[in-house]
Amino acid sequence: MTTSNYATERETTEGKVFTVTGGDWDEVVSGTDPINDERIVVNMGPQHPSTHGVLRLVLELEGETVREARSVVGYLHTGIEKNLEYRNWVQGSTFVTRMDYLSPLFNETAYALAVEKLLGITDDITERATTIRVLMMELNRVSSHLVWLATTAMELGAINMMLYGFREREYVLDIFETITGLRMNHAYVRPGGVAQDVPDDAIRKIRDFLTLMPKRLKEYENLLSGQPIWLERTQHVAVLDVTACMALGVTGPVLRSAGLAWDLRKTMPYCGYETYEFDVPTHTDGDVWGRYLVRVAEIRESLKLIEQALDRLKPGPVMVSDKKIAWPAQLAIGVDGMGNSLEHVAKIMGQSMESLIHHFKLVTEGFRVPPGQVYVGIESPRGELGVHAVSDGGTRPYRVHYREPSFVNLQALPAMAEGGLIADVIAGGASLDPVMGGCDR
Amino acid sequence: MTTPNDKTNDGGVPVPTTPAGASSTAPAEYPPASPAGRGMFGNQGTGDVSGYGGLVRPRKPIEEAARPYGSYFDEVRDALEEAYPDFGDAIEKVVVDRGELTLHVRPERIAEVCQVMRDDLALRFELLSSLSGVDYLGAERRLHVVYQLTSMTYRRMVRLEVAVSAEQPHVPSVTAVYPTADWQEREAYDMFGVVFDGHPALTRILMPDDWEGYPQRKDYPLGGVPVEYKGAEIPPPDRRRSYQ
Repeated sequence: MTTSNYATERETTEGKVFTVTGGDWDEVVSGTDPINDERIVVNMGPQHPSTHGVLRLVLELEGETVREARSVVGYLHTGIEKNLEYRNWVQGSTFVTRMDYLSPLFNETAYALAVEKLLGITDDITERATTIRVLMMELNRVSSHLVWLATTAMELGAINMMLYGFREREYVLDIFETITGLRMNHAYVRPGGVAQDVPDDAIRKIRDFLTLMPKRLKEYENLLSGQPIWLERTQHVAVLDVTACMALGVTGPVLRSAGLAWDLRKTMPYCGYETYEFDVPTHTDGDVWGRYLVRVAEIRESLKLIEQALDRLKPGPVMVSDKKIAWPAQLAIGVDGMGNSLEHVAKIMGQSMESLIHHFKLVTEGFRVPPGQVYVGIESPRGELGVHAVSDGGTRPYRVHYREPSFVNLQALPAMAEGGLIADVIAGGASLDPVMGGCDR
Repeated sequence: MTTPNDKTNDGGVPVPTTPAGASSTAPAEYPPASPAGRGMFGNQGTGDVSGYGGLVRPRKPIEEAARPYGSYFDEVRDALEEAYPDFGDAIEKVVVDRGELTLHVRPERIAEVCQVMRDDLALRFELLSSLSGVDYLGAERRLHVVYQLTSMTYRRMVRLEVAVSAEQPHVPSVTAVYPTADWQEREAYDMFGVVFDGHPALTRILMPDDWEGYPQRKDYPLGGVPVEYKGAEIPPPDRRRSYQ
C-alpha cells in the first residue's frame, strides 16, 4: 500500500479514504488570489460570430484582462496559389477573385497588372479599360468599407447600423451585377483590359448611387459619431502607433489612422491614380475610433473618384488590340450569366474557320508570357495587396504569390489585444478588417 | 503530363539552350526550361505543318545587369556598397528586369543585408512588403525566398532573393529586423519547407500541424479527384492534357 505525503488517510470498510481538504491544501489555496491570479485559456472560434470568418483566437485571460492572445489561421486555406499553376493565365482571374471575397475587383486588378507587366503591355491598356478599373475598384472600396462598418457596428452592439451597411452594399453589388453579370467573384478584370464594356444602364445606377450615398453617410455619422456607447467602445481602444504598424507590416486604413498618409494610390500610383483629385484621410489617435473616421472619410473620397472616373469615360475599346492576348469573343450577359455572345458563336461556327481556330487556341491553350518575375502592389481596402508573379515562358503561371493585407495585418492582433479587456479584442480585431478568404487563400 | 523541365527531343527539334543558372550554382535563373519558346504554339516534335518545323526561339538567359542600371537602382547599389563593406561577398548578382531591381543575396547574409537596407539613412527600406517562396525545380539550389522591400521615405522598391537547396534549406530569419516576416516566413516554411533559422516559432500556418510534405513545391502533385459529368470522366487538373 502506498501512503500519501499530501493528505491524511483512514481505513474504512470500502478501502482507504484520503482527506484532501485541510492540511497544506489550505495553505496552497490561500497563497493565490483567485480573482487576480487565476488564468484561464479561452478558445474563441474558429466558428464565432465576431471573428470575421473562420479565425480562431486563443486568449489567456486573467479576470477580464487578456494576458496573451494567439491567432490561429488557415481554416479557409483553399490552395488558390497552387491551383493557379495548373490553369492558363486568363483562367487565373477566376481563381484570384475568390480570395478576398469582399474586394474581388482588387484581387483581379492586381493580378491583371502583374500579368500585363510580365507581358510588357502595361502601356497598351486602353484608357477606357483603365478608367473602368478605377471605377470598379472604388465602387468596391465603398462596398468593402460598408461591410466593415456594418459588421463592426454589429459586433459592438449597433445592430441597426449592420442593416443599413448591408443595405447600401447591396446597392453596389447590384451595380456590379449589371456590369459583370455577378454580385461577387466577377472575373471581370482580365489581363489586357476588362471582360466587357459598361452598359448605359449601369452608368445611370452609379449616378443614382452617387446622389444617394452622401446622405446615407450623414445618417451613419448621425447614428454613430456622437453615440456614447460607440465612443466608449472605440476611443483609446486597440491602439497601434506608426512604429508598431511599420514593424508589423500593417498598411491601409490602420496605418493611416495612426497618422502616416501612406496610400499606394498616391505614393506609388498605378492605373492613372496620379491624375485624379482626391485626398488621403488620416487620423492621429491610432485607435478603433480613428480607423472608423478614416474609413468613412475614405468612402467619401472614393465617391469623388467614382464621379471623376464617370466623367472621363470616353467611348473606346476595353481590351488591348493585340489579338494574341485579347479574349477573342465578344461577351454578353445571357439568362445564365456572362458568356460568349451569340454573334461571335455564329461567326466562328458558321463563317470563319480561322476565327474558330484562333478562338480555340487562345481559350484552351492560352497565350505565352515571357519568362521573368514581377511584383505589383495596389491599395486594397485593407492595405497593400501585392502580387508576385513568376513566369517560365509558358501558358500557365509558374508561381503567383499574393501578399494579402488581411494575412499580414492579423499579426498585429496580439499587439493590440494583450493587456486590454476581452471586449476590446472584438473591437480591435474588427478594426483590422480581416477577411479570412484572403488571409488563408 | 509534361513536367516543367521536360526536355525530350523526340521530333528532331533542337533543344533550347539551358537557361543560365540551371547547371551552375548561381541563383539567378528562369524557371526550368519548358518547351515554351519553341515555335509559336510550343509543339513537341514537328507538329508544325508550316514547313518551318525546326523553328526554335532560344531563351535569353537572365544576365547580370550592367551599369548604369537606370532609375534609382544605381543609387541603391552605391548606398548599399558604401554602408555594407561585405557587399562584394554577399551579393551574388544584380538583375534589372521590367523596371525592377533584384539583388541576389548569399543565403547566410540575408539578415545582415536586410538590417543595412532598413537602417542606412540612404536606403531606408522600412517595410518588408512581402516574403514568399518559389521552387525552381531542376536547379541545384531550387528553393528561392523572395523579399520585397519598400522604402516609404524614398518611395522605392527592391527585391532581394536567396536560393538554397532542398537538402540544406536553411536561411537566417529576418524577424529580428522585420517583425512582419513572422507569419510570412511561417508560410514559406509551410509551403516550401524553407527553414528560417532564428525564427521564434517556426510552425505550419496554413496547413494542419501534422501535414506531411510541402504543398507548393513543384514536385508535390495538385491532387484532386476525377469528376464525372454527363457520363464522361474529367481527370483532376494535374492529369489533364497539358499545353505546356
